[in-house]
Amino acid sequence: MYDIESVIVASTVDEAIEELVKNPKAEVISGGTDVLIKIREGKMAGCHLVNISNIPELKGIEMDSDGTIIIKAATVFSHITNDDIIKQYIPNLGDAVDQVGGPQIRNMGTIGGNVCNGVTSADSASTLCVLDAKMELKGPEGTRIIPITEWYQGAGKTVRKQNEILTAIRIEKENYEGYHGRYIKYGKRKAMEIATLGCSVMTKLTPDKKAIEKLKIGYGVAGPVPMRCVEAEQMARGKTVSRELLDCICENVLKEVHPRSSWRASKEFRLQLVEEMLRRAFEETVIAGGGNIDV
Amino acid sequence: MFKIIHMVVNGKEVEVPVDERESLLETLRNRLGLTSVKKGCEVGECGACTVLVDGEAIDSCIYMTVCAEGKHILTTEGLKGPNGELSPIQKAFVEEAAVQCGFCTPGLIMSAVEIVGTGKRYNREELKKLISGHLCRCTGYENILNAMERIVEETYQVTQRNFAEEKNC
Amino acid sequence: MGIGTSLIRVDAVEKVTGTAKYVGDLEPKDALVAKVVHSTIANGVVKSFDLEEALKVPGVVKIVTCFDVPDYQFPTPGHPWSTEKAHQDIADRKLLNQRVRVYGDDIAAVVAENEIAANRAVRLIKVEYEEHEPILCVEQAMKEGADILHEERPDNIVGHSSFQVGEGTYEEAIKEEGLVTLEKEYETQPVQHCHIEVPHSFAYMEKGRIVVVSSTQIPHIVRRVIGQALGIPWGKVRVIKPYIGGGFGNKQDVLYEPLNAFLCTQVGGRCVKLELTREETLACTRTRHAIKYKIKAAVRKDGTLVARTFKAYSNQGAYASHGHAIVANGANIFKQMYRDEKVLESESFTVYTNCITAGAMRAYGIPQGAFATECLADDLAYAIGMDPLEFRLKNCMQAGYVDPHTKITCHSYGLQECIKIGREHIKWDEKRERYKNQTGSKRRGVGMAIFCYKTGVYPISLETASCRMILNQDGSIQLQMGATEIGQGADTVFTQMASEVTGITEDNIHILTVQDTDITPFDTGAYASRQSYVSGMAVKKTGKILKNKILAYAEYMLQKKADTMDVKQNQIVDKDTNEILLSLGELAEEAFYSLEHCEHITAEATSQCKNNTFATGACFVEVEVDIPYGTVEIIDIINVHDSGKLLNPKLAQAQVHGGMSMGLGYTLGEELLYDKIGRPLNNNLLDYKMPTAMDTPKLNTAFVELEDPTGPFGNKALGEPPAIPQAPAIRNAILHATGVAFDTLPLNPEKLVLEFMEHGLIKGKGEN
Repeated sequence: MYDIESVIVASTVDEAIEELVKNPKAEVISGGTDVLIKIREGKMAGCHLVNISNIPELKGIEMDSDGTIIIKAATVFSHITNDDIIKQYIPNLGDAVDQVGGPQIRNMGTIGGNVCNGVTSADSASTLCVLDAKMELKGPEGTRIIPITEWYQGAGKTVRKQNEILTAIRIEKENYEGYHGRYIKYGKRKAMEIATLGCSVMTKLTPDKKAIEKLKIGYGVAGPVPMRCVEAEQMARGKTVSRELLDCICENVLKEVHPRSSWRASKEFRLQLVEEMLRRAFEETVIAGGGNIDV
Repeated sequence: MFKIIHMVVNGKEVEVPVDERESLLETLRNRLGLTSVKKGCEVGECGACTVLVDGEAIDSCIYMTVCAEGKHILTTEGLKGPNGELSPIQKAFVEEAAVQCGFCTPGLIMSAVEIVGTGKRYNREELKKLISGHLCRCTGYENILNAMERIVEETYQVTQRNFAEEKNC
Repeated sequence: MGIGTSLIRVDAVEKVTGTAKYVGDLEPKDALVAKVVHSTIANGVVKSFDLEEALKVPGVVKIVTCFDVPDYQFPTPGHPWSTEKAHQDIADRKLLNQRVRVYGDDIAAVVAENEIAANRAVRLIKVEYEEHEPILCVEQAMKEGADILHEERPDNIVGHSSFQVGEGTYEEAIKEEGLVTLEKEYETQPVQHCHIEVPHSFAYMEKGRIVVVSSTQIPHIVRRVIGQALGIPWGKVRVIKPYIGGGFGNKQDVLYEPLNAFLCTQVGGRCVKLELTREETLACTRTRHAIKYKIKAAVRKDGTLVARTFKAYSNQGAYASHGHAIVANGANIFKQMYRDEKVLESESFTVYTNCITAGAMRAYGIPQGAFATECLADDLAYAIGMDPLEFRLKNCMQAGYVDPHTKITCHSYGLQECIKIGREHIKWDEKRERYKNQTGSKRRGVGMAIFCYKTGVYPISLETASCRMILNQDGSIQLQMGATEIGQGADTVFTQMASEVTGITEDNIHILTVQDTDITPFDTGAYASRQSYVSGMAVKKTGKILKNKILAYAEYMLQKKADTMDVKQNQIVDKDTNEILLSLGELAEEAFYSLEHCEHITAEATSQCKNNTFATGACFVEVEVDIPYGTVEIIDIINVHDSGKLLNPKLAQAQVHGGMSMGLGYTLGEELLYDKIGRPLNNNLLDYKMPTAMDTPKLNTAFVELEDPTGPFGNKALGEPPAIPQAPAIRNAILHATGVAFDTLPLNPEKLVLEFMEHGLIKGKGEN
C-alpha cells in the first residue's frame, strides 16, 4: 500500500493540468518506477498524485513533415526501442533507453519520467542532450518549448512547474541527420543498474569521411546534471580524424567535466571512465560513419 | 478511498473494489487470491512479482491498481490448461530442473510467456538480457536459460510449421 | 528409480504453477501488522521514547519498547543446543535492546491494523539516545579502553582460539637457509545471502500456546529459542515451516520469530505478522563475516611448503550469532588443505563491533579461509617461480587425511582427479604459457583454487536426525522429516532414498514439505551440508524398519518366512526368484482392516551420526581483464566436485550452478557498504550487486563420483562447497593476466582501475 492521500488517473492532458491547478500540492506520476519508490521510502507520505500513464495523447512516436521526430512523453522505454522511426533515425536513443533497469522496468518507465525526475544518471538524458532535444511543456497558460540545455536546473530540478506536463520531446532533423551515435552505459552490473557514468557521442563526418563536420559529446553523472562538452565539440570541428585528435578531445573533455566522489564511485575512477568511454564511443561512431581513426 | 476496478484477469472479467493506494501486487494477492505473484523487494528490483499487463511483463509491486482499469492481466495461475495440464513453458522449467526454492519462478515464467509469445528466435545472450529483470539466487540462471532456450526453439519451430502449412493451403 | 537418478523435483509442479504456499500465502487476512523501530545511531543507549504522536495514528494497536520486554538474553544461531553450559551459544540480545549496538538495532515495535498505520507510527516515534562513538572495525574494537559493547565481554572479544600442527615455532622453522618467505594480508568483505523471499513470519495463540509460522531453515531450533527469549516452556511453542524462498544460512539464525511471538502475546493472542522489507533484510539480519588474515609463510625452492603462521580477525558485528565458530571453521582449511613440512601456527579472534551482525552463510567461514589459503598458494608459487597447480599438487591434502584435532577423516578422496579434470578443461598448461608477457588493454589469464569441506558438524556439535514413515491403505507411504527443504532439493532426494531402501516407488512416497514441530520428528535443520548425509542416515534406518515390518506382516499373510522375501516396485517378492507374491496395496489394506490382526504399520527412527568425511573440489577459470575499464569477463569457468555418489545428478549440478553464481557475486561485486556512522549505504537490490543473468557466464560443472564409505548412500557434502573457490580462482587468474595481485575482496572495477593506475598499467589523469 503506497502511503498517498489520493490519486487521480487522468484521461487527457487538460484534465491532468486541471487537477494540478486545483491542487497545488499534487504531483505528476507517469510510469511510477521512480515516484512509487520515493513514496515507499516515506519521502512523499500523504501526497496527492495525478497519474498520466493512461493518457492516449501522450503515447507514441511520430515524425513531422519537416523530419522532426516527436516522442510523446508517456511512451515507455521498450516501445521507443522497438519503434521503426527510432530504429531508422535515432537508434542510439533506442539503445540508450534499452539499458534502463530491466525488461519489466522498460515496459513501465517512460521517457518523460526519466527526464522529469531531473537526475544526472537517467539513461536517456545524455543522448537527448546530444540530440539537442526540445522539451514541450503544457500548462494552464499554454505550451512552451524548452531546449534540453535549459531543462536541468540542478540535481533533481527541472524548469517544469508543478502544474505543467511534459507532453513531448522533439528532435529536429538537423540534429540527427548524417550523424552516427553511440551511448555507452558503465555500470557495476550489466542490468538493473544506475549508470556509474553514461557517455553519448554523435559524430557527423565530412563527405570524404576524413574529418569531423560536427561532434556532440554528452555525459550523465559527470556532473550534477546531464551535460554537453561544448568546448571539446567546437575544438574538433573540421579537424581530421586521428588518434591525436581523439587525445585532444579527451584532454578538453577532462577540463569540462566535474564528476564528484560518492560512495558509488570516486572522482578519480569516474574521470578514468570519462576518457575511456569517450574513446570507445567516438571510435565506434567514426567507424559506423565510414571513417577510420587510424588512417 | 475505494474505487471499483474492472479488469480481465486470467481471461475472466472481474470487478473488484480496491483501495486507491494499492499496488497491483496487493490486489492480485490479497483480493483475488492469486498468490503465485510473489513479493521480494517492493521496488521493482527482483522481478518476483512479474505479471503481464496487456501482454507485457511488468513489476506489479510498482504498478498502481487504479491504472489497470480495462486491462488484461495474466498471472501464472492463468497458464494451466483446462484439465490442469502444465503449459509448455512450465513443463520446460520442470524438466530442465530450472526450479529450486521456487520463489522467483512464477515471475520468470511470466517473462517467459512474453518472450515466447513474440514467436521470435533468441540466442542465449539475448535471452539473458530478456530475463535480466529477475533476480534468482539459487540457480545461477543456467537451467532457467536452458528451459527458455528449449521453449523458444520449440515455439519457433511450431510457428514456422504453421506458417508453412498456411502457405500450402 | 531410487538413488543416482535424476528424478524430477517432487515440488516442481507446485512451484511452476505458483500453488506452493510460502508464509505470505498462508497469512490470515485479518492479521495485525508489526513493524520494528530501528535505532538511528550505531552505538549508545536508548534513554527514552516519546510515543505520543505515534499512538495517535489511527489503526495503531500497541507499541512495545525495549523497556517493556522480558529481561531474558537469548542466543540466535541455528546450532544444536548443548546441555553443557560451557558449550552453549552466547546469549547476548533481548527481544528489543536498550543498549544500541548497531545502526538499525531493534529498539521498539509497533503493532497496527495495517501497514500504513504501522509505518506512520514508526516514523513518528521520537527517541532520545545517549550516543557513543561507533566502532566499525576490529582494530578499533580491540584497542585498550575501547567502548564496551557487551558488559559480559569487556575486551569486545567474542572468541579467541589457536592451534598448531607440527613441532617448534614458525620463527625457528624459517631459520633454515635458502627459504623464500612471504608476509601477506588478505581481507574479505561483508556480503548478504539475498534469498528472494525476505524473512517473514506470523504468530497467533491457540489453546494457551504460541504458534509461529516462519520462513526458517531450523524450525526446531526456532521453537527452543522462542522459549528461551520469552521465558516460557519450549512445549508452549509450535513452529511451522512451509515452503521457503531460500535461506543460504541467513535463515539458519533465529531472526524475528521471538519478537513476533512476543508481540502476539501483547495483543491478546491475535495473529500478528512480521515481514521484513528488503532494506531491513539487508541491514538488520545477518551477513557473511568480513575476515582479515595476517600471514607469514615460508617455502623451499623445490616447492615444499615449510611453515606458515597466521592471525585471523573476524568482524562479528553487534551480536554473537554464530560467533567464533565461523572464523574457527575457516582456520581449519589452512591445516586440512595444505601440509606444512614443519609447522603451522594459527590464531583467530572474533570481535564485536557496531557493524551488522554476521552469521552463517553458505560454507561457514570456508570462503574466507580459502581466499587466504588459495591466494597464498599462488603467491608462494610465484615467489619461487613454480606453476601454482604443481605447487598445489605437491602440498595439498592427500588421500586418507586425518585432521589431527577433530580426527575427521577423508574417507573418499577425489581431489587430485578434480584438479586433473579442471586442468584439462581450462587447457591449463597451454594457457599458462600462452598468456605470459601480454601487452595491450585486454589481457587474459587462467587461475585455479582448491578446497575441502567437512560434512555436517560432528564432532564439534551434536548430529541427530529423525524420520517417520507411515503406510497408507493403498500401499503408499507418507514420509515425514524433521530436516527442511529450502530449495536445495532435500525432499526429492529423501524421497529417492526412501524408495531405494523400502522398495516402494517414488510416486508412492508422499513427503511432507511442511515441518511442524507438533508433527514432524526432531531434526536440527538445513545447514552444514548435513541433511543428505545425517538426515539421510535417518531415512535409511527408518526405511529398513518399515520394510521389516512390512515383511513381517507379509509373513503373517503368506505364511512364508520374512527373510525369504523382499519389497520391490511396490510388490512383495520372493527374494530368490523375484516372483511377485502380493502387492503392497493388498498387504496394506489387510493390515489396516484385518479383523484378526490389525496393525497400522509405521516406522520412526532417530539416527545420531558420529562420523564425518571431507568433500573436496577445484575451480578453474579463464578471465579477460579490460584494463582501462577495470572489468573482468569470465571466458570460461568450471567447478569440479568430489562429493561422493550423486543422489540426483541433475539436482546436484543445479546446486553447483547456484553456488558458482553466488561465488561470482562474492568475487566481483557484492559488498555491504556503510558510512562513517555505520549507516548502511546500499541495503537494496539495486545498489547491492548480486549478479543478474547478464552478469553470469556459462557455468560448467563436473563431478568425480567416488562412493564415500561413511555416507548413507555413498554421498557427502555438496550444498555449500560450490560457493567456496571462485574468488581466489578469479583473483589468481587476474594475477596471471596482469601481474597484479589483489588481496582484498571484492574485485570490483574501481578497485582494479585504481590499482592498475598504481602499477602503471593505466596512465593517471593529467599525465596525458
